[in-house]
Amino acid sequence: MTSAAHTWEPIATRKKKTDWKRYGWLAFFLLPSAIPLAIFVFRPMISSLWISLHEWNLISDMKWVGLENYSKLLSSDQTWDIIGHTLLYIAGYLPIVYFGGLALAVLLNQKIYGRAFFRSAYFLPVITSWVVVALVWQWLLNPSNGLVNQVLGFLNLPQPGWWTDPVWAMPSVILASAWKDLGFVMVILLAGLQAVPGDVLEAAKMDGTNAWQRFWRITFPLLSPSSFFVIVISLINGFQVFDQVYMMTGGGPSGSSQVIVGQIYDLTFRYGRAGEASALSWILFLLIMLVTAFQLVGQKRWVHNA
Amino acid sequence: MPDSTVLTQSTRAPQAHSSSKADKVTSSRRLSGRSLVLHALVVLGAIMMLFPFLWTVVTSITPSGTLASGPSLLVKDPTLDAYRKLFDSLPVGRIIANSLFIAIATTVLQLLTSSMAAYAFSRIAFRGKNVVFALYLATMMIPMQVLVVPLFIQMTEFKLNDTYLSLIAPTIAAAFGIFLVKQAMDSIPRDLDEAATLDGAGHLRIFSTMILPLTKASLATLAVFAFMGSWNSFLWPLVVIRSPEFMTLPLGLATLKGQYTTEWDVVMAGSVMSIIPIAVIYLFAQKHIIEGMSHTGLK
Repeated sequence: MTSAAHTWEPIATRKKKTDWKRYGWLAFFLLPSAIPLAIFVFRPMISSLWISLHEWNLISDMKWVGLENYSKLLSSDQTWDIIGHTLLYIAGYLPIVYFGGLALAVLLNQKIYGRAFFRSAYFLPVITSWVVVALVWQWLLNPSNGLVNQVLGFLNLPQPGWWTDPVWAMPSVILASAWKDLGFVMVILLAGLQAVPGDVLEAAKMDGTNAWQRFWRITFPLLSPSSFFVIVISLINGFQVFDQVYMMTGGGPSGSSQVIVGQIYDLTFRYGRAGEASALSWILFLLIMLVTAFQLVGQKRWVHNA
Repeated sequence: MPDSTVLTQSTRAPQAHSSSKADKVTSSRRLSGRSLVLHALVVLGAIMMLFPFLWTVVTSITPSGTLASGPSLLVKDPTLDAYRKLFDSLPVGRIIANSLFIAIATTVLQLLTSSMAAYAFSRIAFRGKNVVFALYLATMMIPMQVLVVPLFIQMTEFKLNDTYLSLIAPTIAAAFGIFLVKQAMDSIPRDLDEAATLDGAGHLRIFSTMILPLTKASLATLAVFAFMGSWNSFLWPLVVIRSPEFMTLPLGLATLKGQYTTEWDVVMAGSVMSIIPIAVIYLFAQKHIIEGMSHTGLK
């Protein structure tokens, strides 16, 4: 800080010319990002707010309705159902990817032959696009001739209708999503595990603790920054879930798996209710801001050494 | 780096136990039992993660007539019929090329805009820098979903719908990348560029020959994220693209599913074709991809 102030001082004496030059360089370095962000983020953001205060079907003139879209959305049961489905998705998906990813990370942190191979294998679904993952799982979970139901039938177990059944539609989406993201969570937690100092664990071992105690009392708390990061990322991604739901269930059957972003899409492009869609997208934004606030507060309170 | 520390630890461990012969025998026997269980678990995990890929390939070469009873791992009379149907209904080569082109263009542009903006925030003093930087960071909080409707309308105004530009333009600059690269640049000592300034080097020279090479690691991470983000992007192409000649893989695949709802062999053939390009890239760059991803968690 002091050195920076020191170097700028002599330049300040030749003010006029250097200022002009400095702002020239500033424009050169900053405009390539500032212009696109202004056009493709700030402008649409403001117009989204504007649209949310109107009734509009994308074609005819906009009609000012004030906050009516918001009050209509918040008083409709359908909106709460949709938010409920999104929360249900998160409630199913988050524990599976977190504890599954943690188990895989702990497993790969042991002395394992071909560790690099297994790490790459677990990571392969992460690089596969959601659309592919959704289609592959739709096929695996096909009620009539999918692999999973064939195996269940062979074992004389009940064969659910999976994505064709209102009760099983969301679990199907959760299963596919968890399969795809396990490797991502594993890689981040594995990096965290490898940063846990070995001598601390060794000292605890000398004190006669067992592996189970060492994990929950030492490793797990030291892992909290990585844990917190993957949980926050998964929460934000959870609120934004769309691709896999759109492909696997289309929000159905009979709206049983419709999520927030799916509803934004349908309201705009199927029902031509762009005003309501924009209002809903601002409600989504507020929910995400809530998670971010939780992150800022929680990081200080729960994360070791944050 | 993390790999090597774990390896040295584990190779050192047996030596510590070799104090007496009896002790060594029991510990190594116990170790091998435990190690057997661990390896069994790891293999089981790998089967669960990889089997769906194998099943996809198997389904795609199973004759459609026998699909009704479910395919079997040992395919009787494997066939490429599904791939023929796939290539007849979609310009597959073109769609793969589109995906590659869009992803590469997005990555290059984001690397360029991010590193330049990061340099400005890290190395050029100006009034209101904090406000501008906060505005940049604010864009990171806005999810794409909030912007989809107005962005679509804006693209329609610009008459850009259904073009390559409509796919690339919204991702030219991303605050995440700027933030990532700025963090790396802030950790480079300022003495370095002050010395270069005294030697008469300008911003452009300092940026391109000194600062950029030192931020290689975070640029690599950003490249992975930008490429994967573009490659897998679905909602935005779904909204702006209509013609098959501008489609990317996820969108092409969704269209295919619309046409061949119950013909799983064709749908799986399409899935195989969209996995192949990224799998080839992954094969060569997996170390960078995985490490790039894991770096973001450590911060």
